[in-house]
Order: sequence, then C-alpha cells, then structure tokens
Amino acid sequence: MAKVLAVAETREGQLRGVSHEVVSTARRLADGLEAEVEVLLLGGPGVREAAAKLGAAGADRVLVAEDPALAVYHPDAAVGAVSGRAGDDCELVLFAATAQGKDLSARCAARLGRPLATEVTEVEMADGAAVVLRPQYAGKAYARIRMAARPALVSLRPNVFPAGETAGRGEVEDLTLDTAPGRTRVTAFEQGERERLDVTEANIVVSGGRGMQGPENWKLLEELVDALGPQATLGASRAVVDAGWRPHGEQVGQTGKVVSPSLYFAIGISGAIQHIAGMRTAGVIVAVNRDAEAPIFGVANYGIVGDAFDVLPRLIEEVRSVRGA
Amino acid sequence: MAIGSDGRSLDPSGVKYVMNPYDEYALEEALARKEAAGEGSVTVVSLGPDEAKETLRSALAMGADEAILLRADPPADGLVVAQALAAALRDREFDLLLFGKQAIDDDNMQVPAMVAELLELPCAAVVTALEIENGHVTARREVEGGHEVVEFDLPGVIAAQKGLNKPRHPSVRGIMMAKKKPLEERDVELEASALEVVELTSPPPRPEPEIVGEGADAVPELVRRLREEARVL
Repeated sequence: MAKVLAVAETREGQLRGVSHEVVSTARRLADGLEAEVEVLLLGGPGVREAAAKLGAAGADRVLVAEDPALAVYHPDAAVGAVSGRAGDDCELVLFAATAQGKDLSARCAARLGRPLATEVTEVEMADGAAVVLRPQYAGKAYARIRMAARPALVSLRPNVFPAGETAGRGEVEDLTLDTAPGRTRVTAFEQGERERLDVTEANIVVSGGRGMQGPENWKLLEELVDALGPQATLGASRAVVDAGWRPHGEQVGQTGKVVSPSLYFAIGISGAIQHIAGMRTAGVIVAVNRDAEAPIFGVANYGIVGDAFDVLPRLIEEVRSVRGA
Repeated sequence: MAIGSDGRSLDPSGVKYVMNPYDEYALEEALARKEAAGEGSVTVVSLGPDEAKETLRSALAMGADEAILLRADPPADGLVVAQALAAALRDREFDLLLFGKQAIDDDNMQVPAMVAELLELPCAAVVTALEIENGHVTARREVEGGHEVVEFDLPGVIAAQKGLNKPRHPSVRGIMMAKKKPLEERDVELEASALEVVELTSPPPRPEPEIVGEGADAVPELVRRLREEARVL
C-alpha cells in the first residue's frame, strides 16, 4: 500500500505543535490517495508517550526511535531513518519548516536524490504529482510548483495548515537506529534568555519598531504580550535589531523570520517593504503609528494613528479586561 | 519587481544583480579566518549565468584570492544546484566550505546541507558564531527559542546567518587588485529538474485597511472589532 511519510519533531521531550499540522496534512493527502500515513518519531527517553497524540492527529503507524542520543537533533541518525522509510511505496515525505526540519529535509533530499520544496503554504496531489504553493522573493511572489518525483519532499510553513482531528490507526512500532556519534554532532541546546514562544510559532505577535524610542520601553510591549496570553510573543523590526535593542531571533522580515500568526501587532513600525514581506500573511494586522502616512497602514486591517506610549497602556488595560487577566 | 508575461518567471528588465547578503557573511568569515591564520587561500565559486561574474569580481575585491564561475542557468531547484556544486568541488581540497544560509530570491535554504550530504561532509547551517581550534569546529546555530551547539571536525560545511560577523566593504586598492586576480570560467551541465514552476503570482491582496481612530480613545473600538468582527481575541 502506498504511503505518505511524515516526520514529527520533539523539543526537550515534548511534541512540537507544528507536528500535529504536518501529520494532519499527511492524513488529508493520504486519504485522497488511498494511502496510509507513517510517522517517524525520534527522541530521548519518554518520547514514546507522544505516539498516541500522533495517532489521534492521523498517523496509521508511528515508528518510534527512543534513545538518549536522540534527545537532541542527531542529523545522521535522522537522515538514515527517513531515507530508510522513503522507498518506492512512498508518495510524499512531509516535514515541518522549522530549523530542524529545514536542515533534515535538505539532507534527506540529497541522500535520496529527490527534490525538495521548502516552506510551502499549500500542498495537493494532482495526477500523481505533488503540487505546492510557496512564497519566493521574501513573500513578494508565490510560485506554484509541480514536483514530478516519487517521493517528493515538502516542508510545511508552521501555523498555516490546520491541525485536524481525523485519527489514524495509531499502531506503534519500534525503530532501531544507529545513534553512534555522526559526522555532525549537536552537543547542546541553549535556551534563549526568554521563556516565550519563538516568533514563528506564536499565534499572536507583538512587534515593536523605532517608534518605541529605546530598549527600556519594551516592558510596555512585554506587558501587552503577557496580557494576550501564552500564545503571544514579541517580534521586532530590523531597525531595532540593527540598533542592538532586541536580539536577532525576534526580527520579522526579509533578513529575519517570516511569520503567519492569526494576529499581528505592529507598534511604532513604519512598514518598510522588507518588514511587510515577513508578516503580510498574518491573519489580522493591527498597526499603531504616529504617522498616518506610514506604509504599515496599507497592509493593516485595523490602524490607530497615535503615539505608542499613549495607546499601549490603554490597550494593555482593555486586553486584560476582556481576557479576564 | 514584476512578474513576466509568461506568468511563470520574473520580468528580468531593470533587475540589478548583487551578492546575496548571507553570502557576504560567509565570505567575510573566510577572509577573516585566512587573515587570522596568516596563511591559506580563499576561493569563491558561483553557479550561475555570465552576470554572476560581476558578483565574483566584487568578492575578489573584498579579498578572495581566486574565483570560479560554473556557467549555467540553474533552475529554482536546490537539488540540481547542489549536485552541480558537489560535482565541481568533489576533487578539490579545502578545509571549510562556507555558504550563505539561503538565497534571498527563491528562499530555498537547501543547498548547503545538500552539498554537505553529497560530499559526505559534516554541516552546521544558520550559524551565528564559529570557533575553530586544531581542526575542530564549534558552531552556534540559530533554532527556534535558542541555539544549538554543533561540533565537527574539518573539513566541513557552514551556512552563515546574519550576526556571524560584519562584512567589509571592498577598498579602492582591493577593486584595482581584483582585476588581476584569476577568474576561471567553466560551462557545467545540469541534471534535469523534476520541478516545474507552473505559475508565479503576486501575493493575495490584504483586505482593505481601515483606520479605527486616533490615540488611546480608539482602543476600545479596536478591541471590540478584534473580538466581534475578526474574532481573534
């Protein structure tokens, strides 16, 4: 029976949310092909507990490799696992377009000699081939690409595909991998200084720009993020990252990260084309800027013309009151 | 930027080619390593059309010792590019192979890890800090919510991220000297691509923007809209 292979991802023992999106997408495509969904789950001790969630998300078979050496990303073992399962019966291999997924998918494509489409926002099967839509030129154009290969490799942009509820058979099998130290060794994961979600993973992003006037004023944005709840996080414009006010990991835009949250606040950001390229696929965009002519208002669903320091305290208060926090 | 009349590619008129900004970090790192070591050489390689020669010249002006143009018109298919680069590099000796983390046209982010895999070399991508001691590499690689520490022994592959260093500007002397440096040109055959761009379109339009009001007084109306109209709060 044909299959769609999906690669799940864990971080410090926890299944990452985007893996649900990847497995649900595999389920939807497999149903159209009358194929089954096989999911690879690699991780450290205890990772097996995530298998049930993957079954509920659509996996027919979860292959679990549980090994202390897999508690951090092990590129050589992971490439071996994927290429070992992506044989002739495999139509498609789906990854999350995360740091790990992008690295792993490129390695697997080279090993398998099969093409890869990165960060797609749509994927369908048509006449036996995968057809994907992906942003190019930092989101200024979208390419629809037909992939005449079996399997085709595809990584899905996080937060774009629905996490569905069509369960699969959920069988669990053990997978034994060679986890001896490989050519490339990940020796540590160092958590960033903040406990917040990464800007690509958050459902709500509050970004600040030069209109915030200095790094000391970020506490206002942090208060807004806290009021919006655990699904919210901080972002930043290139100008404030270049000025050293905020870390590069928060930068949204062409030379930063591309984000698609359901709600995006641009506070004191004028809206350079490079910034807009990084957030224009957000569901709802709110802009606060003193300059009524700022280009950010051209992409915002809702705008308030005003000073960030005037608007933010009221916004924090209102959000707290409607969220009961 | 405009989409061409075929609906599948960019209109090339008026497009000026520049070095990919992430490649500048890669080149700067190579030049700084050579200077710190007081020995060695830096070779820049580009797979692309004749226009890429201009970019190679600017790399020579920054301080690279020699350049190689692998002349081809590559498709937007990372695998085809990686296969051609790996074939050209397979018989060369080098300690470190540096790339930019991604090109800013097709944004594929594929080639460095693919070349590493094809050449059976270790690879760290999206690198913001790099230490090399006695042939052992320790790289900090940016991932969601923090960094991974990646280690390997040379030779190996690094894909540079913003923050790795501060690229230099070519000096006038560098630009003069670049004209005398070797620039080898070689035609290469590409593998057939399994990818076909069937359509290139502008991004879907944003909904009509609306100014809710001015100053803090507009906040209650904004929050009401976010709750009742957009249903995102």
